[in-house]
Amino acid sequence: MKGLNLALGAAGLAAFLLLGEAVPRLGLVKEAYFPPTSRIAGALGDELADSAFWTALGDTLTGWAVGLAVAACAGVVAGVVISVVPYLREATASTIEFLRPIPSVALIPLAVLLYGTELRSVLLLVVYASFWQILIQTLYGVQDVDPVAEETARSYGLGTWARIRYVLWPTALPYVMTGLRLAAAVALILTITAELVIGAPGLGARIAVAQTSQAVPDMYALVVVTGVLGLLINVGARSVERRALAWHQSVRGEVAV
Amino acid sequence: MRRFLLRLVFVLTLPVVLLAVWWAASDSSTDVYWPPLRTILKTFPDVWTADRLRTDALPSILRLSAGYATAAVAGVALGTVIGSYRRVRAVCEPVLEFLRAVPPPVLVPVIMLFAGIGHTMKILVIAIGCVWPILLNTVEGVRAVDSVMAETARSYGVKGFARLRHVVLPSASPQIFAGLRQALSIGIILMVISEMFAASNGLGFTVVQFQRGFAIPDMWTGILVLGLLGFLLSVVFQLVERRVLGWYHGLRATTRRSR
Repeated sequence: MKGLNLALGAAGLAAFLLLGEAVPRLGLVKEAYFPPTSRIAGALGDELADSAFWTALGDTLTGWAVGLAVAACAGVVAGVVISVVPYLREATASTIEFLRPIPSVALIPLAVLLYGTELRSVLLLVVYASFWQILIQTLYGVQDVDPVAEETARSYGLGTWARIRYVLWPTALPYVMTGLRLAAAVALILTITAELVIGAPGLGARIAVAQTSQAVPDMYALVVVTGVLGLLINVGARSVERRALAWHQSVRGEVAV
Repeated sequence: MRRFLLRLVFVLTLPVVLLAVWWAASDSSTDVYWPPLRTILKTFPDVWTADRLRTDALPSILRLSAGYATAAVAGVALGTVIGSYRRVRAVCEPVLEFLRAVPPPVLVPVIMLFAGIGHTMKILVIAIGCVWPILLNTVEGVRAVDSVMAETARSYGVKGFARLRHVVLPSASPQIFAGLRQALSIGIILMVISEMFAASNGLGFTVVQFQRGFAIPDMWTGILVLGLLGFLLSVVFQLVERRVLGWYHGLRATTRRSR
């Protein structure tokens, strides 16, 4: 069954690539706008051989990783503090609901003025955008704590820190992991966006350069690279999630029996 | 009454405190990039006149709605088809996963090749960027239709459009709305970016224009407008969601009661 699905998926992918080859060759769209798959693949090969490409990839990954790490730490700490301190949750709810939907790209002009094309202007956008994903998930997760477990821990005289460590954190972890997975995708989008629009060094800036210099196959090749990067980050985040929560399922299983 | 007042205090305290802090901290600011909040608020009505709202905010919102609506219709329709047939799903899944993984903003330069820099380009960018979360969530939702419900409908001979209308779509709607919510924030991002790239009007264009002209307080008002727009759209979305899914939950509740 799984083998069949895999084969069908591969067939779908092959058909997609073939379509990409055939449509421009048959003249359905202009080759200048949409080069056939083989030419994109060729351009991709050239890119991979170019050391500037790897520098750009490194820049993009640095922006992504640093931004995500800062947002994750800040989001988790803020989420736990907000939920542990009495009344803080009610007091912050309206502000969080207001700030969260503000599109992070609105900050682009400010980032440009403050930091120009430095890494810091990428980080400003990435951290702002991914912070909310993690904060909200952490808040949901802490809310999910079983009141009986919480009361039990309290009556056994566990201090605040111990309760956070042994009661609150294990319950919240699955939610935090979901937040981290969402934030990883958002962080990549914002990293590339910042590079594309602001011109901070990285894959996005390379795409912008390829576009203005009419290097169409290169532009497509770079777009494919960003897609593969997104895919890898997605798969990676899922496997981290599964590994970090391996104990969780087993704990759940024991309780259910 | 007391409870209501208490809630009001909770809702309002922090925003008021934050605004007060911003006001006080920036009041004597001479830093060009951080003008006093007083100045920003004073500039606001001068910049965002009814005329400017009509020439800049309105086109942005219209493009966003056109792109988003296209994405919603296409995503739900295609997602329903793909989700209903196991084989089709197996064939399409890897390609869809890849297309979703491409960060949507890189679509802007690609689609500029095809569609130039006019309205079509922006609407297309928004539509193509928004469609993936809606499409994939619809596929998941349609796939996860309750098997008892599906079998019951089958044995009563509910087929075709009626089945779609009364069985499949209602039970997939919570998932579909999750996708629509993700798509909304992507849509706003794409609206702003496509206007920053190449445009002669729109909110993104105006804000960048202020920034390039070093009209810093004006730029700040633009950021505030974008923030308010994001907030308003998310409120509207929540209202719509509560109405649509409320009907769904209500229906579920009544069937449960009458059982």
